Amino acid sequence: MDENVTTAVLEEWVRRFATLVAQNRDHLTELDAAIGDADHGSNMDRGMRAAVAALDESPPATAGALFTKVGMTLVSTVGGASGPLFGTLFLRIGTSFGDSDTASPPDFAAALRAGLGGVVARGKAEPGDKTMYDALAPAVDALDAALLEHLPLGAALKVARDAAAAGRDATTPMLARKGRASYLGERSVGHQDPGATTVALLLEAATESPF
Amino acid sequence: MKKLINDPNGVVVEALLGIEAAHPDLQVDHHNKIIYRGDAPRSGKVGIISGGGSGHEPLHGGFVGLGMLDAACAGEVFTSPVPDQMLAATKLVDGGAGVLHVVKNYTGDVMNFEMAAELAAGETGANVVAVVTDDDVAVQDSTWTAGRRGVGVTVLLEKIAGAAAEQGRDLDQVAEVARTVNANGRSMGVALTSCTVPSAGKPTFDLGESEMELGVGIHGEPGRKRLPLAPASDIAALLVEPILADLPFSKGDAVIAFVNGLGGTPLIELYLMYNEVNKILTGHGVQIARSLVGSYITSLDMAGSSITLLKVDDELLSLWDAPVRTPALRWGI
Repeated sequence: MDENVTTAVLEEWVRRFATLVAQNRDHLTELDAAIGDADHGSNMDRGMRAAVAALDESPPATAGALFTKVGMTLVSTVGGASGPLFGTLFLRIGTSFGDSDTASPPDFAAALRAGLGGVVARGKAEPGDKTMYDALAPAVDALDAALLEHLPLGAALKVARDAAAAGRDATTPMLARKGRASYLGERSVGHQDPGATTVALLLEAATESPF
Repeated sequence: MKKLINDPNGVVVEALLGIEAAHPDLQVDHHNKIIYRGDAPRSGKVGIISGGGSGHEPLHGGFVGLGMLDAACAGEVFTSPVPDQMLAATKLVDGGAGVLHVVKNYTGDVMNFEMAAELAAGETGANVVAVVTDDDVAVQDSTWTAGRRGVGVTVLLEKIAGAAAEQGRDLDQVAEVARTVNANGRSMGVALTSCTVPSAGKPTFDLGESEMELGVGIHGEPGRKRLPLAPASDIAALLVEPILADLPFSKGDAVIAFVNGLGGTPLIELYLMYNEVNKILTGHGVQIARSLVGSYITSLDMAGSSITLLKVDDELLSLWDAPVRTPALRWGI
């Protein structure tokens, strides 16, 4: 069976992510109100709506073009810290895919890892800082490990989704050391990180797409 | 919450239309949400741009004009502008002598300005230097946080660096003056109420009738400590003493004392606070060389105040006294 992923499937993933962000918009904003400035859901929703509109206007031919377009749109429309961080995530994924219109499962995992590298370069987050990194890094690691065990991509993505969800949940007891939440010090403890929550939605969207 | 608005999501766009109509010597790029000097770019003059989330007015757009900023980028309320805006502003004001980016130290602002500087270098080869303000002493352990927030010092820096640029100093010299201001200024604020973001429609945080939030930021992000409301004399001491101890300011130092309103506090209370600040500083032997009292860096409708002290020498004072003509600060001209 051909396990290669087509650009069309990747585009479905992006669109599914946009839908989940829209559905969780108020939840994400409420999480942000507790430890940030109460705009994460509305900003990400605005950005992903714009990204989907850009895809509708001119459907990209390659995976690289797809994620570059999404990343540029997020950088230009989201603002705050989420714009550069999620924008850079998608831009680096796009660069990693390049001009190819299909990608093998290892290509896919490599692209996600490149995205993680972009997030680290832009945000300088470390493990345990209570950021999107804490959901994304475990998901990338879990995906690599599952593919090494020869799981099909669809099943490997479910493992990665579970790792992202566990990483998201693990942010709750953490003391924030990055972003606006860090100003709260001890008062940031006991709240789930909004960025990690959005990353978990990205992986959830992948498991709901026909990989 | 009652507000003078038409559409909660149209506040920034409609306010920019008002600014354009009220101040004919300024221009507005509505697509990029940039307020810029009508005579930009000034050939041979270092351009100075700033920007940030909206809701802090008059910061930054109210400080565009002769002797201060060349352009200001307006983000959504409390959300950093995006790199496209800073890139466009950089191009608008680059008169060949380079452009200074004045950035308040918030994670989003810093990242978006960084991306803009990278884009500017790639697209036009513009010479950009960024100076980040981080004067809020309420953020204590900056090793384990995003660092201190940029607050009141930003206003004083934009005025003083603006004067240096107007005198024809080069980019490195203007940036050096800006860094000196940031290094010698400290601030702290207190909130008596939350603020209400128009699109959210309800207060960002709950604060009881008899409570105050000490060390609050300018985005409705909660501060460090919640205390029972106290007389102004006590509040002034809670703000001024940590500022004095931090730099530290010493007996005989000359300062610019800036008592700022956060948006919902009347000027009469700010002057009452200034009286308390004056008494404390006199007690410490710190000499107030210049003062600024009013609401210049706000948090929408938040009631409360912040205090900024900037240690000055004759050079900084002469730059402070230099002519300025902007919607919010105007003297000597």
